[in-house]
Amino acid sequence: MIGASAGGVEALLALLPALPKEFPAPVAIVVHVPPDRHSLLTEIFDWKCEVGVKEAEDKEMMQAGCVYFAPPDYHLLVERNGHLSLSLDEPVMYSRPSIDVLFESAADAFGPAVLGIILTGANSDGAKGLQAICAAGGMAWVQDPKTAHSSAMPTAAISACPEARTLDLAGILENLARQVA
Amino acid sequence: MTKTDDIELRLLLEAIYQRYHYDFRGYSVASLKRRLNQARQKFGFENLSKMQESILHDPETFPRMLSYLTVQVSDMFRDPAYFRSIRDNVVPYLRTYPSLKVWVAGCSTGEELYSLAILFREEGLESRTLFYCTDINAEALHKAEAGVYDIVRVAQFTENHQRSGGKTSLSEYYTAAYGAAVFDKTLRKNAVFSDHSLVTDSVFAEVQLVSCRNVLIYFDRQLQDQAIGLFRDSLVRRGFLGLGSKESLRFSKYVSDFTEFDKQNRIYQRREVL
Repeated sequence: MIGASAGGVEALLALLPALPKEFPAPVAIVVHVPPDRHSLLTEIFDWKCEVGVKEAEDKEMMQAGCVYFAPPDYHLLVERNGHLSLSLDEPVMYSRPSIDVLFESAADAFGPAVLGIILTGANSDGAKGLQAICAAGGMAWVQDPKTAHSSAMPTAAISACPEARTLDLAGILENLARQVA
Repeated sequence: MTKTDDIELRLLLEAIYQRYHYDFRGYSVASLKRRLNQARQKFGFENLSKMQESILHDPETFPRMLSYLTVQVSDMFRDPAYFRSIRDNVVPYLRTYPSLKVWVAGCSTGEELYSLAILFREEGLESRTLFYCTDINAEALHKAEAGVYDIVRVAQFTENHQRSGGKTSLSEYYTAAYGAAVFDKTLRKNAVFSDHSLVTDSVFAEVQLVSCRNVLIYFDRQLQDQAIGLFRDSLVRRGFLGLGSKESLRFSKYVSDFTEFDKQNRIYQRREVL
């Protein structure tokens, strides 16, 4: 599970194209995007990545080796049976999609099997969600605020979830490779 | 081992079903759980079991809880491209019928109904159309029937209406008073508002158009199928089904009973022969 906001596309460009085609887990991503526009995220990433990239569809079964972006103006959640769900529940801290909503649903559904990563961003969405992932026994990584385009979101995540590992983007990739191996 | 809060959730939904006949047991768990926990915190219950006790024993609790269980977010002409497609692509078919029935399923507080009623008036179909507006939430239905919306929302409604290809000015359809926009009651003179559940109720009419937007996302696949089956059985041959912009029939067992009439805007057409 990845959450990112301001500067997030750039950070994701450093991460996602490096994932191998056989990446053994599904990746769900919330990037804060404007609500009323068609999101270009999938177009941007699809041709750069070996893994599959698509906008999440409601009640779609998550597949390993596929990246799912939350559509603009919908929350993205994961269900215990592996389905993705969308919702129009109220924005959380002015955000829909909200990172907290995705992370909390993942923590509840998959507990220790979840890895949550908070990247650059200018608000504090994701902090509570990362805390929930930690509390459920999952792993929590945060982009080092010193290396982030906007430090507010990673800083908030670290203070809400002090046990999270702080890594730069290269460190995130290295550790992902180690997890996979 | 099943987690305690999962057991509590299941028992709570069972209690609500047995006591009040509202069936949320096939709803998507992730967002339902989130909303129930919001309600729990708001009303100050320590856990879902305590909330269940109150729902069973205090008749005032459940009605207050219901608005948390159902999501009520809508704008008039939400997703203008959908309404533009109804206008440009579906209306020409609808014109061929001497009388029309439209089912706004899960109409919530009525924004969708007024959008369609205005569109049908603009297209000259209003006098031959009957709108069925159904929802499980009686309070939302009352609001739909009243047609009064916060004036601050009207700027967005107006912009959406224009972008949907509106042929008139939205201001013709409401009067502003005390911070509210009161919509013209003649827009609903051909509308019937009724309590109806896509989960527990059955077909009640034969219609040319079903508009059910952003309701199915709250259902699990099985319940989605049940609702889609209900729509299929309510539609005339070659009748239309409009869904929310992120909903589709792709995962439904009824997918082959429909054609993708407008894929982009999630408008489906029931096949001639099933």
